[in-house]
Amino acid sequence: MSQIVKTKFGRRSFIKRSAMATGGFAIGFSWLYSCEQTPKMVLELPDEWFNFNGYLKIGDNGVVTIMSPNPEIGQNVKTSMPMIVAEELDMDWAKVIVEQAPLDTSLYGVPFISKIAGQAEAPRSGMQIAGGSNSIRSSWDALRLAGATAKDMLLQAAADTWGVAKDELSTENGYVIHESSGQKEHYGVFAAAASEVAVPEEVVLKDPADYKIIGSSKKNVDGLKIATGQPLFGIDVMKEGMKIAVMIHPPAFGMTLKSFNADSAKQMPGVVDVFQIDAYQGDTQNSAFDIAAFRDLVVIVADTTWQAMQAKKAVKCEWIEADDVKTKISFFGRDSYFDFPKGLESTAAQNEKLNAAAKANVQTARRDGNPERAFRNADRIIEKTYSAPYLAHNTMEPMNFFADVTAEKAHLIGPIQTPSIMEPSVAARLGMNPDQVHIEMTRMGGGFGRRLYGHFLVEAAAISQHVSAPVKLLYTREDDMSCGVFRPAYQATYRAAIDKNNVVTAFHVRAGGIPESPLAANRFPAGAYDNYLAESFTVKSNVTTGAFRAPRSNFIAAAEQSFLDELAEAIGKDPVDYRLELFDRAIKDPVGDRNDYDANRYAEVIRLAKEKSNWGTPKEGVHRGFAAYFCHNSYVADVVDLKVENGQTIVENVCVAVDCGIVVNKDAAINLVEGGTVDGIGTALYSGLNLKQGAPQQTNFDRYRLIRHAEAPKAIEVHFVNNGMSPTGLGEPMYPPVMGALANAMYQATGKRLYQQPFAQNLDA
Amino acid sequence: MALFQLTINGQTKEVEADASTPLLWVLRDHLKMVGTKFGCGIAQCGACTVLLNGNAIRSCQLPVSAVGNQKVTTIEGLSDDGSHPLQQAWVEVDVPQCGYCQAGQIMQAASLLNQNSNPTDEEIEAVMNGNICRCGTYLRIKEAIKLAVKNA
Repeated sequence: MSQIVKTKFGRRSFIKRSAMATGGFAIGFSWLYSCEQTPKMVLELPDEWFNFNGYLKIGDNGVVTIMSPNPEIGQNVKTSMPMIVAEELDMDWAKVIVEQAPLDTSLYGVPFISKIAGQAEAPRSGMQIAGGSNSIRSSWDALRLAGATAKDMLLQAAADTWGVAKDELSTENGYVIHESSGQKEHYGVFAAAASEVAVPEEVVLKDPADYKIIGSSKKNVDGLKIATGQPLFGIDVMKEGMKIAVMIHPPAFGMTLKSFNADSAKQMPGVVDVFQIDAYQGDTQNSAFDIAAFRDLVVIVADTTWQAMQAKKAVKCEWIEADDVKTKISFFGRDSYFDFPKGLESTAAQNEKLNAAAKANVQTARRDGNPERAFRNADRIIEKTYSAPYLAHNTMEPMNFFADVTAEKAHLIGPIQTPSIMEPSVAARLGMNPDQVHIEMTRMGGGFGRRLYGHFLVEAAAISQHVSAPVKLLYTREDDMSCGVFRPAYQATYRAAIDKNNVVTAFHVRAGGIPESPLAANRFPAGAYDNYLAESFTVKSNVTTGAFRAPRSNFIAAAEQSFLDELAEAIGKDPVDYRLELFDRAIKDPVGDRNDYDANRYAEVIRLAKEKSNWGTPKEGVHRGFAAYFCHNSYVADVVDLKVENGQTIVENVCVAVDCGIVVNKDAAINLVEGGTVDGIGTALYSGLNLKQGAPQQTNFDRYRLIRHAEAPKAIEVHFVNNGMSPTGLGEPMYPPVMGALANAMYQATGKRLYQQPFAQNLDA
Repeated sequence: MALFQLTINGQTKEVEADASTPLLWVLRDHLKMVGTKFGCGIAQCGACTVLLNGNAIRSCQLPVSAVGNQKVTTIEGLSDDGSHPLQQAWVEVDVPQCGYCQAGQIMQAASLLNQNSNPTDEEIEAVMNGNICRCGTYLRIKEAIKLAVKNA
C-alpha cells in the first residue's frame, strides 16, 4: 500500500533549508579530492545545482547529489540511506552522487528511537549518530519524505511548464513523463523551477511492492576510492602546518600522573612541545559519551609521527595510585553518579568478586509464578555458569582526531560516531560557544561502539589550543587497546528445574558483570515459562567500560542459547523443536505482559533457519549447532556446521536467517551479516583481555587475538525474512547468536560443553 | 636526519628523514601518500603492506635507510585509475565494509598473484593470513582474488 504522509516532520517542515545554502556543503570536502579524479570516477558535473532540501540537490543536467546524513563506520549507510532518498525521488541510481552530509542536527537530526544503554529515552531533538543499529530505522521516514517531496515539486514544475495537470504526469528513473503527449524530460530540465515550488503539505510514499532501488543491490559508493587508497579516514587528514601529537597515559587503571621529565625529549628533532593536559579540566566531563579512561595525559607534539613516537620514549613519567573517583555524568538532562574505586585490579581478584557478588548482592529483575517451589520439588536441577572477559574494540583505524583551534573558532575533522553530542563537550573544554565549534565527519575505519566516546576530540582540541597550531592526535595501537573503553567482563548462571516427567518447571537466570549486568529480564525465554526468575548483580570497578557491538547481548545470547541447548538435551528434545515449543507457549498463552519480543517473528526466523539448513538431516562428518537471538529490534537464527580435520575444528558453513524488516541494500546487508558472523565466531573463540595490577596484559595483536583469514568460516549463507515491515537494523543483531551456535556445534564435535570465553583458550576449563 | 632517494611507483622521490623512520611514515607524513595505513606498528595486522620488488612487506617495520634503490609499489601505484584486476574485482565483489584494511589486503593479494597465478583456497588463506580484517570480509576478499585470477 502506498502511504499519504504529511511533510511536517516533528516541528520542522521539509522546507528548502539546506546545508548547501549556508555553505555547509562546501566546507572541507575538497581535501578528500587531493588526488586527481579521472573521468571514470565522477559523473559529468552540472553547470548549476538547485537545492531542494538538506538531503538532495539536482543539477541542470539531471545528475543528483544525495547527502548521507549519518556517520559511516563500515555499516554502509552511506550507500543505503541515499538509496532510500533515490527510491522515493524515482531517480536513476547511475546518476546519483553521494556526499557525506555535514553535521547539522537541525536538518538531519532525527529522534534516536531506542533506549540507550538502559538509561532514559533519548531526547526528541535530533542526532546524527552511528550506533544502536539505528540509522535506517530512525531515518526511514525522513529519508523517504526527502525524496518524495522533491519528486512532487518536480512534477508540479513539469505540470506548470507543459501546461498540463499534475496527475497526468508520472516519473521513471529520473525522467518526468507525460504519456498522452509523449513528452519526456530528465529532472534537470525542471530543477530550477521545481526548487522554487512551495513544499507540498502531503505527499504519497511508494508501496514497497513498487520499489526498484530499495531491495536491490548497489555497490558501496566509496568502493573504488577504497580500492585505490584514496584519503578517506580521519587518520588521513593532512593540513598545512599540521603537527602530530601522541600521548602517554597511566600504565594501569587506578593510577595517575605524579610528575614527568621531558628535558631530553624536548631536545629531540622535530619536537614542538611536551606538556601535561587534563582532558576534561573544570566541570566539563559530563555527558554520557564523555567517558575517558585517563584524564591526565602527557602530550608530545612534533612535526612528524615518527619524531613524536621517538620523543615519547624519552619522556620519564612517575605514576602514583589514584584515589576513589566519583563522577557525575549527565544522561540527557538527568544526572547519574558513578563510583570508580581506587585500587589496581587483577582479573583473578575480579572473578572472586563476581563470584561473591553472585551470592551476596543480587537484585530481582523479574519473577513469574513460584520458581522457588518448583526448584524445591524438582526431580533434577541443571545449573551452569558462563563467563566472558573484557574485550577491546580494536577498530582497525586507531583513535585519532584533527583539531585546529584559534581564538575565534575550533575546526575538528575525524572519525566520530557522536559528533553532535561531542560538540558541546569540546566547546566547554575550550571555553567557547558551541557555534564556534565545527566538527566534520570523515569515514571511520570501524566503530563497534568505541567511537561513541569522543574524549579524543576533546583531547585533540585541548592540545591544539595549547600549542596554537593545527594538530592531529594519534593513538598507537597500544594506547588504543589499553585506554578502555572495554566491553565489560560478565558472568551468568542458569538453572532449570525438571520434574520426573522431563518437563521443565522453572527457569532461573542470575547474570552479572563488572560494572554492569548483561541481563535483559523481559526477553525470551521470559513469557514461555510459568515459573521464571531473572536476577542481576554488579561489581564496581575503575576499569573504563562502555558500549561494544550489541551491548550485553554480545555475552548473554551465547550463555542463554548454550544453556537452552543443554536443557533440551537433558529432556531428550531436539534443540530447535524445543525452542519452537517454547515459542508456541509464548504466542498462544504468554506468561506476563512485559515480554520484550515478538514471539511470532522470533519463531519465524527460527523456522527459516531450520528449513534453509535442512536441520534434522545429518551430514556425514558435520557437527551442527543452533542458536537464535533478538536484539536491536531484529531477529537472527544461526546454524553453525563444524568439521574436524587433523584435530582442527573448521567452520564449514554458517546458515543465517535474519528478520530485519525491509532490506534496503541486499548485497551490502549480506556483507554485513557475513562480517558480524565472522566477528562473533572470532570473539567467542579467541578474543579477550586480562588485567594484572590494573594493567591490560594484551596491548597489541601479538597477544590480543582476532580471527584471521584461515580461521573464518568457509561459507556463510544469509536468508532474509520477507515481511515488508519497516527496517529495524543490522549493525549488531547477527553478532551475538552465532557465538551460541558455535558453542553448541563444538559440543557436538568434541563432546565438551564450553562455558568460558574465549573458547580456544579454555578448552580444558 | 639524512637524504634518501627512493623509487616509489616508478618515480624517484627524495626525502629527508631520520634513518630509523619506517617506510610507512615516510610514505604517509613525508610523501603525503596515505593509502598505506597504520594499524599496529609491529607487523601483526598487515594494514601497512606495500610491495618491495613485487613482494609484500610490512612497511611499519622497514626503516627508510634499508630501502635503497629497491622498487616500492604502494596501493596508489597499482594502477592510475583503479583498473588493476584486483581493484576491479574488489569493486565487483563489493568487498569492503569500513575499508581501512583493504589497501593492505589488495597489496598482499598482488604479491600472492605475483608468485602464484592460480592459488588454491588454502594457499590464499595461508598467504593472506597476516592481514586482519576487523569487519570480517574475509570470504569476499577470497572471492575477489579468485575473480581477479579469472579475469587476469
